[in-house]
Amino acid sequence: MIEALFEAMQFTFMRNALAAGVLVSIACGIIGTFVVIKRIVFISGGIAHAAYGGIGLGYLLGVNPVLGAIVFSVAAALGMGAVQRKTHQRADTVIGAMWAIGMGLGIVFVDLTEGYKADLMSYLFGSILAVPSNDLLIMLALNLVIIALVALFYKELLAISFDETFAIVENVPVDAIYIVLVCMIGLTVVMLMRVVGLIMVIAMLTMPAAIAGQFVNDMKKMMALASALGMVFTTAGLWLSYFLNLTSGATIILVSGTIYLLSLAVKPLFRQI
Amino acid sequence: MSHTHMTHTPREMISVQHLWASYNGKPVLEDINLSVRELDFIGLIGPNGGGKTTLLKVLLGLLSPTRGQVRIMGRGPQVGRRHVGYVPQSVEFDRDFPISVWDVAQMGRLGRRRLLQRYTARDDEAVAEALRSVDMLDKRGRPIGALSGGQRQRVYIARALATEPEILLLDEPMSSVDPQVSTSVYELLRELNERITILLVTHDMSAISSHVKTVGCLNRRLFYHGEKQITPDMLEAAYQCPIDLIAHGASHRVFPEHL
Repeated sequence: MIEALFEAMQFTFMRNALAAGVLVSIACGIIGTFVVIKRIVFISGGIAHAAYGGIGLGYLLGVNPVLGAIVFSVAAALGMGAVQRKTHQRADTVIGAMWAIGMGLGIVFVDLTEGYKADLMSYLFGSILAVPSNDLLIMLALNLVIIALVALFYKELLAISFDETFAIVENVPVDAIYIVLVCMIGLTVVMLMRVVGLIMVIAMLTMPAAIAGQFVNDMKKMMALASALGMVFTTAGLWLSYFLNLTSGATIILVSGTIYLLSLAVKPLFRQI
Repeated sequence: MSHTHMTHTPREMISVQHLWASYNGKPVLEDINLSVRELDFIGLIGPNGGGKTTLLKVLLGLLSPTRGQVRIMGRGPQVGRRHVGYVPQSVEFDRDFPISVWDVAQMGRLGRRRLLQRYTARDDEAVAEALRSVDMLDKRGRPIGALSGGQRQRVYIARALATEPEILLLDEPMSSVDPQVSTSVYELLRELNERITILLVTHDMSAISSHVKTVGCLNRRLFYHGEKQITPDMLEAAYQCPIDLIAHGASHRVFPEHL
């Protein structure tokens, strides 16, 4: 077993996959914490699925689909964020529509693309075993951006998450901070797309943070614990998928999901302390 | 010291003139006039849907009036609210939110620090002082979700006090608090009133008149004459008969609304 581990580590793709798992876990833990405590899981799911429109556009125009995904997910983040804030009724319906339109656009763009469509599925279901070294650098850079933004605007982000009305009364630029937050969600989605695929992004964004939230009472600790859990889940899921010859993204999600359900079961025990 | 209060009319903290406001297209406040003077302690009662929260929203600059004028310390609400400590109604609340008592109270300092500015030692002092005054400093590290309703209310009051306000606005301050605790919170407000002007709104008229200096009734219209007691006239006007005034006092028809 140990030998097999070392053997696997000889492969660049495996080392890159493990590094990618660790890197996305950092963004996931930080941004996932906001998604969970601010209850914007639905918007985040919408952003993730709408990003597929960008993948399709990338194929159609012959540019890197990841660039398309960045443009679409940030645009979707801004659009859905605006809908959430400015419409008082039925925001979820509008967001649901944007979610589906983004995916529909992606599929039609791909239909319109001539020739062979290489690794289309990898965007939907993840391809952590095929992360090139360049992408690791992009992930590292995105992580640094996210950490810097969260550190700089920490008190405002905490305030709009806990009590937005009070933040407005204290003259916090709530709209601008919210835009920063949804854009960071968009960027995190693109990073995660590589690892678990757009369809399962939402699970990876929410489950580590949701588990962490049950055991700590401080937002910073929640972010740190969620990041650590994410690293454990991606690493464990990756090895399991390697040895059992399963799809890695799905295996990572199932590992996370199992621990999440277990944490819900043991939560009442911790409550009494 | 008290001579200054005796000889001068206390300065006007909040001025509301001919205010009309609607919420989701429905008129909620009609021709509200109110003058709040320094060190007033005013309780406004009214039924649910009578416009209490809407009035606070307008005073805080969260909702623009359709007509009329609001001044806080002589400025528009979005500037004047710097002098206001706001204690919201604490019904919607996520018990699992990962935040401590201290961090909640510290939000009262947000208005003093711009983006990219860190909280300072001066902020810590103000937060500690605010928590001490509501007797919650020893619970500074507790998660807010682990507190009782009364304790949480005290923390929200501390957060408002941390803004170092001249005016406190409270929305249903006793809504999540049992009766004995509400007496102690009123006692706290009475102490604070020695230096801070207070305006609170509530639908609970049983406790209010024994704790505030003056009372009014709000049900779309405001019935407030700076009196200590709620008069039957005010109640009748506010609760029984929402008066539909068409054209200035010409013919007012009274519709008995569903009770």
